[in-house]
Amino acid sequence: MKIDPIHQFNIEPIFTIGHIGNHAIAFTNSSLYMFLSVAVISLLMIGGMSGRQLVPGRLQSIAEISYEFVASTIRSTAGAEGMKFFPLIFSLFMFICISNLIGIIPYTFTVSSHIIVTAALALLVFFTVLIYGLYKNGLKFFKIFVPHGVPIYILPLVMFIEILSFFLRPVSHSVRLFANMLAGHIALKVFAGFVAMLGVSLGAIGWIGGVLPLALTVALTALELLVAFLQAYVFAILTCIYLNDAIHPGH
Amino acid sequence: MAEKSHGTGAHTGADGGHGGGFPPFESSTFASQLVSLAIAFVALYVIVSRFALPRVESVIDARQNAIEGDLAAAQKFKDESDAALKAYETELASARARAQAIGNETREKLNAAAEAERKALEDQLNAKLAAAEKQIAATRETAMSNVRGIAADAAGAIVQRLTGVLPDAKMVSKAVDASLKG
Repeated sequence: MKIDPIHQFNIEPIFTIGHIGNHAIAFTNSSLYMFLSVAVISLLMIGGMSGRQLVPGRLQSIAEISYEFVASTIRSTAGAEGMKFFPLIFSLFMFICISNLIGIIPYTFTVSSHIIVTAALALLVFFTVLIYGLYKNGLKFFKIFVPHGVPIYILPLVMFIEILSFFLRPVSHSVRLFANMLAGHIALKVFAGFVAMLGVSLGAIGWIGGVLPLALTVALTALELLVAFLQAYVFAILTCIYLNDAIHPGH
Repeated sequence: MAEKSHGTGAHTGADGGHGGGFPPFESSTFASQLVSLAIAFVALYVIVSRFALPRVESVIDARQNAIEGDLAAAQKFKDESDAALKAYETELASARARAQAIGNETREKLNAAAEAERKALEDQLNAKLAAAEKQIAATRETAMSNVRGIAADAAGAIVQRLTGVLPDAKMVSKAVDASLKG
C-alpha cells in the first residue's frame, strides 16, 4: 500500500476554457475551489446579512465579526486612511481564510498550497503598495528606504538593506503562506497514512497501534484549523503594514 | 488529509497529464491557475466592495444609531424624572415652610389673646380686691367709733355708780381716748 502525501496537491483539469498562444487554459480542481471559496464568502456576507437584524443571528454575527475584525486590523496598523483598501484587504483575508478552511476538509484541495496563487496575491499587494505609494507621495515615497536618525556613514548600507527587504517582501509574503499550508497538509497526510499503514502491515496489533497516529492526526487537524486562520490573518496584517508604508512613507 | 492511498502505487502525481514532480512547482499549471485566480478574485472583489461590505456597514450603522437613539431617549427620560423629583422637593419644602409660618402665626395670635384675657381678669380681680379692702377699712372705722362711744358711756356710768357724781363728759372722752391709744 502506497501513500503519497504529495498527491493532494495535484492540479487536475476538469475542462478546457481556451488557449493563450498554444497554452491550454483549463478549469481545474484548483479553479473549482477558488470559485467555491468566493461562493461561500458571498453566501456568508450577503446571505448572512439578508436578515439585516438589529440583534444578529449566527450567520449575521460571523459576517459582522469578520467585517469588524478586518476593519479594526486596518485601523490599528494603517490608520483611518487605510480604510480605502478595506475591500482589498477584506477580500484577501476572506479568500485565504475560507479557502484554507475548506482545504482542511478531507478530499478537498487547498488553493493556497500552490506558490503561484500566493505569489500572485503577494505581487498584487506589492504593486498596489508601489503604485499607490508613488501616486500618492510621488518621489517622497522613496523615503521609506531612508530611515530617520541613521548616521550618514552607514546610510548607504541601511538603504541597501531597506531596498533589498522591500523587494523581498512579496517573496516572504507568499512563501510564508504557501509553505505553511503545504507543510501542514503533508504532515496531516503522513500521520493519517501511518494509521492505514500500521493496520495493513501489522493486522490487529497495527490497528490498535494506529490509535496514536490517529490521535496525532486529530490534534494536527486542530492545529491546521488554527494555522488556516492565522496565516490568513498574517497575510492581511502584513498587507496592512505594507500599505501603511505607501500611505505614510516618512516613518 | 485523511485521504488514503488515492494514487495507485506506480505513478506519483502523474495523473492529469502533468509530468511527475512536485505539483506546486509545475509551471504548466500556472497559466490555468492564474486565469482562474484572476477571475475568482476580481469577482470576489466586486462582490465584496459593491454588495457585501456596504450591506454590513449599513446594518452596523443602523444598529449604532438605534443604540444611540435609545440611550438618548433614556437620558431624556432620566432628565425628566430628575426634574420632576426636583420640582416635587421644592414644592414639599415650600409647603413645609408655609405650614410652619401658619403654625407660628396661630400660636402668636392665641398667645396674645390669652395674655390679654389674663390681664383683664387680673385687673378685674385687683379692682374687686381694692373695693373689698376699702369696705373692710370703713367697717372697722365705724366699728371703732362705736366702741369709743360705748366705752365713754360705760365709763361715765361706772364713775357715777362708784362716786355718785356724774363726771364731766369731756374728761371721760379724753380718758377713753387715752386708754384706747394705750
